[in-house]
Amino acid sequence: MQTRTRPALLLGSLAVFTLIAFCVALSVGSVALPLGQVVHALGGGGDALTRTLVLELRLPRAVTAFSVGGLLALAGALMQVLLRNPLADPYILGVSGGAAVGALLSLLFGLAGYWVSGSAFLGALISMLIVFVLAHGRGGWTPTRLLLTGIVVAFGWGAAISLLLVLSDNASLRGMLFWLMGDLSYRSGGWLALVVVIVGLAACLPFARHLNVLARGETLAEALGVAVRPFSIAIYIVASLFTAVAVTEAGAIGFVGLVIPHLLRLVSGSDHRTLLPGAVLAGGSLLMLADTLARTVVAPEQLPVGVVTAAIGVPVFLYLLNRARGPL
Amino acid sequence: MNTPLLEARALTVTIAGKTVCRNLDLRLETGACLALLGPNGVGKTTLLHTLAGLRAPAHGEILLDGRPIKSVSRRRIAQRLGLLMQQPEDSLPASVLEIALIGRHPHIDFWRWESHADVNLARRALRLAGLEGLEQRVQSQLSGGERRRLDIATILTQDSPTLLLDEPTHQLDLHYQLALLAHFRRLARDQGHGVIMSLHDVNLAVRFCAQVLLLYGQGETMLAPVTSLNAEILSRLFHTPVTAVRAPGGTVFLPG
Repeated sequence: MQTRTRPALLLGSLAVFTLIAFCVALSVGSVALPLGQVVHALGGGGDALTRTLVLELRLPRAVTAFSVGGLLALAGALMQVLLRNPLADPYILGVSGGAAVGALLSLLFGLAGYWVSGSAFLGALISMLIVFVLAHGRGGWTPTRLLLTGIVVAFGWGAAISLLLVLSDNASLRGMLFWLMGDLSYRSGGWLALVVVIVGLAACLPFARHLNVLARGETLAEALGVAVRPFSIAIYIVASLFTAVAVTEAGAIGFVGLVIPHLLRLVSGSDHRTLLPGAVLAGGSLLMLADTLARTVVAPEQLPVGVVTAAIGVPVFLYLLNRARGPL
Repeated sequence: MNTPLLEARALTVTIAGKTVCRNLDLRLETGACLALLGPNGVGKTTLLHTLAGLRAPAHGEILLDGRPIKSVSRRRIAQRLGLLMQQPEDSLPASVLEIALIGRHPHIDFWRWESHADVNLARRALRLAGLEGLEQRVQSQLSGGERRRLDIATILTQDSPTLLLDEPTHQLDLHYQLALLAHFRRLARDQGHGVIMSLHDVNLAVRFCAQVLLLYGQGETMLAPVTSLNAEILSRLFHTPVTAVRAPGGTVFLPG
């Protein structure tokens, strides 16, 4: 089929791009390493310092960045179909707000490490549950109701976040702000998120054509044989979980989830069989590159990675949007 | 006696406290073309959606290929029954070909991609709807009439034997009104499809359909051969005077 060569080309180039971003993330930093040494270290060779640098510092961070970026882009693509709204992003239904309140609360009490991510994940789940139950009113579970409920709950979390920031002392304020803007610097693992993104993508792909149909509208999808209600609920839960994992790993990194799916729609059309894997690769590489920049530009200081994603993403997106022949 | 494609038994449909039809019995045989006529807001869309199994009737039963539609899976329904909707819904951007191919969704197994045959079917439907050469356009770049024709191309790509069309001629120019209705009638006559379409133009109903179902409101309905339509019936149906005029091709109904 003629339309299938282009997706293969696109996914192929995105895979190459991801590989390049991965190599850049591993070799660039306080000590620049030539690619050969990086590969050697990945294979378990090389001197101890290089191995520590590559395997214990840069690799986990690159893996976290890739997974978080991939999860956010995937969740964004799903949310946009669920709400049939191009402005939808993974945070639109308040998941990140709940996570942020959880994380800030633990930071406020001087807790760190797993306490922060644990309470962030718990906050995300609580927010997800609140929105799900409240949106399920007497009029049924419609995208508009879901959207409005999510936005209002997100506003509530926003107010709570401001309150927590005001209440906090100067010492923890900086950490909180970094958390809110997205920060990959105190990550230990990242492998869990990688497993989630791989398993998640594999689970979503068989339903990609259903997503194409649902993107045309709810009644039409029902008329074309999609069981819309259970399918929508499944999308909601899956996308929220992806977001919760991403937020827990790296804080609320803006922009990736909203823009990557659109960017791919502009470049490659709207078939979700291409869009979903493309979004994971593009979102993952964008965040790996952004994180590499975040830790090198003003080294030894680090920038919040969310600032960098916006700095790269905003001009690129505006350029593509302007250049696109058709309207979004 | 053959099993009808679609059958309603003692069907009562209500919406928002209003009765659309009461105890309606309807059989849609292969080869049949039925027009649904009635004033605005009388429940034509509601009735079509009920017949498509998208909402439950208040009473009565709907059978698709002789089986209660309630017990048929959504996917199986979509293989056997296509619904052309009146209103477009909120949707994300997609190309003309992608949208037409959506019609193949119920026919393609879970793990498969569209085959050459599916793409050819979609291209043929687009050609019939006069959208040849626009395959790569984004839907939002189409005119209102072209979008309507794209919806029709999608349902033609779906290629299901029972067709429920909610105002298929809405937004179409004269040429496409005639060409596409003629195509639907051909599908019924030559390929054994069954078509129910709601129309506002009585003369199109007279021209293309053998039967009419009139919805008067308050649950009152009348199922009749199209030849029994006259000025008196239509005046009462639309609450406005209608005159029958002899024209070269047959009788034409005009308001006033």
